[in-house]
Amino acid sequence: MYRILRKEQLSSVITLFEVEAPFVANAAKPGQFLIVRSLPDSERIPLTVCNFNREKGSVTIVIQTIGASSKELCSLNEGDCVCDVVGPLGLPSEFMNEEPAQVAKRRYVFLAGGLGTAPVYPQAKYLHSIGAGVDVILGAKTESLVILEKELSQVCDNLYICTDDGSKGFKGLVTAKLEELVNAGAKYDMAVAIGPMIMMKFATVTAMKYNIPVVVSMNTLMVDGTGMCGACRVTVGGETKFACVDGPEFNGALVDFDGAMKRSGIFREQEQKANALYEEQRDHKCRIGIGK
Amino acid sequence: MAEMKSRVPVREQDPLVRAKNFKEVSFGYNLEEATAEASRCLNCKKPMCMTACPVSVHIPVFISRIVAGDIKGAGEAIAQDSSLPAICGRVCPQETQCEGSCILGKKGEPVAIGRLERFVADWNRENAISADSTAGCQADSAGSCGSNASENCGTAHKKKVAIVGSGPSGLAAASDLAKWGYDVTIYESLHKPGGVLVYGIPEFRLPKEKVVKPEIESVKRLGVKIITNVVIGKTLSVEWLRENYDAVFLGQGAGLPKFSNIPGENLNGVFSANEFLTRNNLMGAFKEGAKTPIYAGSRAVVIGGGNVAMDAARTALRLGADVTIVYRRSMAELPARAEEVHHAQQEGVRFMMLTAPVEVLGNENGWVKALRCQKMTLGEPDASGRRSPIPIEGEFIDIETDTVIPALGTSPNKLIPQTTPGLEISKRGTVVADDDLATSIPGVFAGGDAVTGAATVILAMGAGRKAAASIHKYLNNLMQ
Repeated sequence: MYRILRKEQLSSVITLFEVEAPFVANAAKPGQFLIVRSLPDSERIPLTVCNFNREKGSVTIVIQTIGASSKELCSLNEGDCVCDVVGPLGLPSEFMNEEPAQVAKRRYVFLAGGLGTAPVYPQAKYLHSIGAGVDVILGAKTESLVILEKELSQVCDNLYICTDDGSKGFKGLVTAKLEELVNAGAKYDMAVAIGPMIMMKFATVTAMKYNIPVVVSMNTLMVDGTGMCGACRVTVGGETKFACVDGPEFNGALVDFDGAMKRSGIFREQEQKANALYEEQRDHKCRIGIGK
Repeated sequence: MAEMKSRVPVREQDPLVRAKNFKEVSFGYNLEEATAEASRCLNCKKPMCMTACPVSVHIPVFISRIVAGDIKGAGEAIAQDSSLPAICGRVCPQETQCEGSCILGKKGEPVAIGRLERFVADWNRENAISADSTAGCQADSAGSCGSNASENCGTAHKKKVAIVGSGPSGLAAASDLAKWGYDVTIYESLHKPGGVLVYGIPEFRLPKEKVVKPEIESVKRLGVKIITNVVIGKTLSVEWLRENYDAVFLGQGAGLPKFSNIPGENLNGVFSANEFLTRNNLMGAFKEGAKTPIYAGSRAVVIGGGNVAMDAARTALRLGADVTIVYRRSMAELPARAEEVHHAQQEGVRFMMLTAPVEVLGNENGWVKALRCQKMTLGEPDASGRRSPIPIEGEFIDIETDTVIPALGTSPNKLIPQTTPGLEISKRGTVVADDDLATSIPGVFAGGDAVTGAATVILAMGAGRKAAASIHKYLNNLMQ
């Protein structure tokens, strides 16, 4: 069983879970993801690995409540068990295959959007540990949605916070912050953008404008996560790739983001219905409590 | 000579009723029907049916026990060679194997061996009679040890064997090895064991709770451990298995869906048959209140002519779609089991033959609108022996549809090849194995779709049994 060792509310809608999963913890590398099923009848949800502790045999995942399935997972508490955890899935970040001495010569800039901050953490942590230059631009809608600030600040050279409403740090998008930094003389050898697809699309445009190679992590629909179904297909450089086995990270310059964004909405109608049903059932439970 | 009796028909759900539910199509024989059908068997001295069976089930023996009213004994006879009889009785392509070789078939209808096998397995299960307990190593001379593997039969081996994948090949290998006293652990990547039996073949053809689960449980009762949620090549490596076990069997199947590489294949509404079936079967999307979504639309087009195409088409039909199968050859070349084609037709699936897709057309929102196809004609036989389709120039047809489901076969998954240094892989991506199913790594054996490419449940089971015998031999040689 996969016991929840720690549950932490990072914001009103973002929850962190540290889950016992020794096999996964032992094999996980930055860039990879895992699949979770909360209950015996639940969907398989792909989530990026935020952290792993080999000694403890645990992995950390961060999830935002969006629809029925994420709400269901977030309703679990410390001490509860998650029905299934499988992984690590996907390929590790490309720099994991390179000589650390070589990687250490580079300066990386991460553009993290919302929940995308979670998968940035293990990458920044590794790169920082081997001596590479690491700047992180962390974007969120508003101050209360900024997550992992303390953790990230310990594994990078510079952490820049951006909020859409200016409630914390730079007021504006992560791309505007990147422009500002580059215009002020910052030099980056590589950009990594992880967040909503629309954010990764524009992060790619901006990075390319300054000739910075850019890697993105595709958070597509998935079922098995092992290459068996093809739900996660993405067009990369004109070819169909499976995000689960060929990715999730790809060269941003080659990704067809518009196609990928359309595909992520395939089940929107069903998802909205499921969410409404979930809310209805939860509200119903609440009323029973009030009557007492 | 007396007139040959024809086959006892099997009772089935009415086609128009079953086209709207996911309950099993065939009710199977009852005792009386099974006895009548079994009595048709000539009990040949040289049973061709048995030779044609990939796992060599002692067919005349089990059938004669049905005639004698000994259904338990019939189950024991089958259990010597097959650990999944309720499954095989339902999904084997009998017409090209046992029944295809039945002597009665030369002039009339062959004995309904598949239905009889199913009857025996179902009867014993429903009457809580376990056939496997008597068929192990300690059994009499008719026990399960093959002649090539009998040297150390009955001794406690305490040797450990790891099996990758809990599909038909893995389960078959595991049950033989467990019967011979090995400590067997199966690693399964999904959250439920069974492989294609669970994610691929639909409920209406192979009930999961009633049939698949009990057969897997019976394998577990032999002492086989099944660990789910472990992706070999990701969670653990083949190398790790090799270090921690005395032998390894790779039975991971051929999981990657093929697409036809025509324009528009990534439009919304195009689902590989694997995705469509996995959502429906493994995740139970057809059930009321299911948490995993599925979409068949009001019209669906399935591309392909194999069993998976039939399964996808009949699933889409049950989800409420009006379904058309397009296939580039003619009905005569359809590779699916005859029964599946027949059932699909009865249920109202439309077959559009000599039609090859050239493009998926989409609307302004990125959803499928139609499938553009080119009409074909048949030319000379190709390498497969089937007449090859030739495009008719200028003849195109647009089939309006909400979903397109390519069922074009699968290719081997790259996860194990990518992460296993020293494992020889063919150009097609399959694991290379010799006649004994040994791979290029000593102590690592492979079989089933992982070696052959996509094939059938029973061929995979046959490979699993063969690999088990090779592993037994290999481990015995190590001890000497």
